[in-house]
Amino acid sequence: MVRFTAVGLRYPSPDGGLGPEALSDLTFTLPEGSFTWLLGTSGAGKSSLLRLLYLAQLPTHGTLEVLGHQVRPDRRDALPALRRRIGVVFQDFRLLPYLSAFDNVALPLRLAGRSEGSLRPDVTEMLRWVGLQGKEMSLPEQLSGGEQQRIAIARAVVTRPALLVADEPTGNLDSHQARRLLALLTQMNRLGTTVVVATHSEDLVAQFPSPSLRLEAGRLVHHG
Amino acid sequence: MADDRNQGAVARRIRRARDPLGLKRALSDRLLPGLVAAMALLAALALAGSRGAEALKERWQQGAAAAVTVQLPPEQAGRMEDAMALLRARPEVAWAEPVNPERMHELLRPWLGEVPALPLPSVLELRLHNTALDPAPLQRALSDAIPGAEVEAHGIWVARLAALARSVQGVALAVLALVIGVAVAVVAVATRAGLASRRQAIEILHDLGATQSDIAGRFARRIGLLAAGGALAGAAIAVPALAALSGLAAPLAGGMVQPWSALPWLDLALLPPVAGLIGWATAQLSVRRWLRRLP
Ligand SMILES: Nc1ncnc2c1ncn2[C@@H]1O[C@H](COP(=O)(O)OP(=O)(O)OP(=O)(O)O)[C@@H](O)[C@H]1O
Ligand SMILES: [Mg+2]
Repeated sequence: MVRFTAVGLRYPSPDGGLGPEALSDLTFTLPEGSFTWLLGTSGAGKSSLLRLLYLAQLPTHGTLEVLGHQVRPDRRDALPALRRRIGVVFQDFRLLPYLSAFDNVALPLRLAGRSEGSLRPDVTEMLRWVGLQGKEMSLPEQLSGGEQQRIAIARAVVTRPALLVADEPTGNLDSHQARRLLALLTQMNRLGTTVVVATHSEDLVAQFPSPSLRLEAGRLVHHG
Repeated sequence: MADDRNQGAVARRIRRARDPLGLKRALSDRLLPGLVAAMALLAALALAGSRGAEALKERWQQGAAAAVTVQLPPEQAGRMEDAMALLRARPEVAWAEPVNPERMHELLRPWLGEVPALPLPSVLELRLHNTALDPAPLQRALSDAIPGAEVEAHGIWVARLAALARSVQGVALAVLALVIGVAVAVVAVATRAGLASRRQAIEILHDLGATQSDIAGRFARRIGLLAAGGALAGAAIAVPALAALSGLAAPLAGGMVQPWSALPWLDLALLPPVAGLIGWATAQLSVRRWLRRLP
């Protein structure tokens, strides 16, 4: 469960102070097990909102509750454990360039302290699911944009997170693979994962109707 | 054959997977160990210098108890009082006393046995206000007044050497402190360069839920290992150099020439673990400080 109360975000400006508000006065609640689209034009603040959700950024003001924990700057020790229960598909993938597809997907499991023996079946299964069997040993630079995106997706879901956050996860996929990915996300959602997906694609939203948040210039203009 | 290659690839893959920050490349195994090796060599020389100066100082300080002795030949024995008066009147003399004949016999018995009949010279001991004063004028004045009187100023030289040894020791310890300070700075700079080149990877690991101690630990283990390896090499290079030096110094310390046993083996053995610890702790601090910018 996620709760935003009057949340604002300002990035640091180059001169050392704070820049303009990237997000202002956001108040909304996402119930546990919900599936939510995050919509808005480029620059509206979708990635910024998601960064707050996966705790890569702390709000400049307001209060933020993620997975039932209040996020407080004075309790940063609690954040890593919380982050490990959140799966993230980054807009720019953010794969580690010197790790193979297999090791990129295995990374969150290794960070969580899973043994080498027990993580192999999960990683292999996930790579098969995103259609990358046989590419386990490839480095990201040897893969196409769409294949890299699918590794990023596999890495996000391999831990079976309680909250799954995806930023434009279909940007580099063809329509068939985009539908396949959405099927994976809705399946995880049915198993109890709270899912938030930012997208530009109105087509996709029409195919998988769900509640949506719409941002305009950092403000919430629609919820429902 | 193909199987071997395959196994090599698997081993390489596993090594890479254990190093998701790519630190093997970011923290090169050339520069840092090389610098640490040079500093370990300097530290070894400084430590050996300090230990050597300590040994010389102790040896010499024992001999410096009687700074200056004066001998009157047996035929001038009756002029002891004159000699005392002359010496006490001189400004550079702090203290002068005759050595009584019983003590003389005590001191000489190991060499001469019980031979009380032997005519012994009359001896008196004196101390100068400080060891930097030149004993020659005193010597001239005394032998003018009492022909045959001899001044033995060996003690002054010994005291000067002991003072020199003390300052050599002080300098060696200062060099050691300086080397440790430079080592900390070098490790901090290397760590910061590693952090800068792995910034994105660190942010990814951070966003995936890696803890501060996980990330700092990866850096610290790598740097600690590199520093310990460098120090081991530096200590190994120091051994032949120190053996040669201690061979030269042994006669001065009154010891027998046993260069191998005279080496500061314990200090040398401690260099790698201490360097490793310094590297580890410095990297921990630098990385944790850097990570404070991430939420
Ligand atoms: N790291 C940053 N530092 C400063 N400003 C930033 C940073 N990231 C984003 N911004 C600003 O915040 C605003 C919202 O950016 P954000 O990336 O959240 O938009 P978005 O809705 O995800 O856009 P897109 O659809 O193009 O990905 C933009 O005006 C952007 O310039
Ligand atoms: Mg974005």
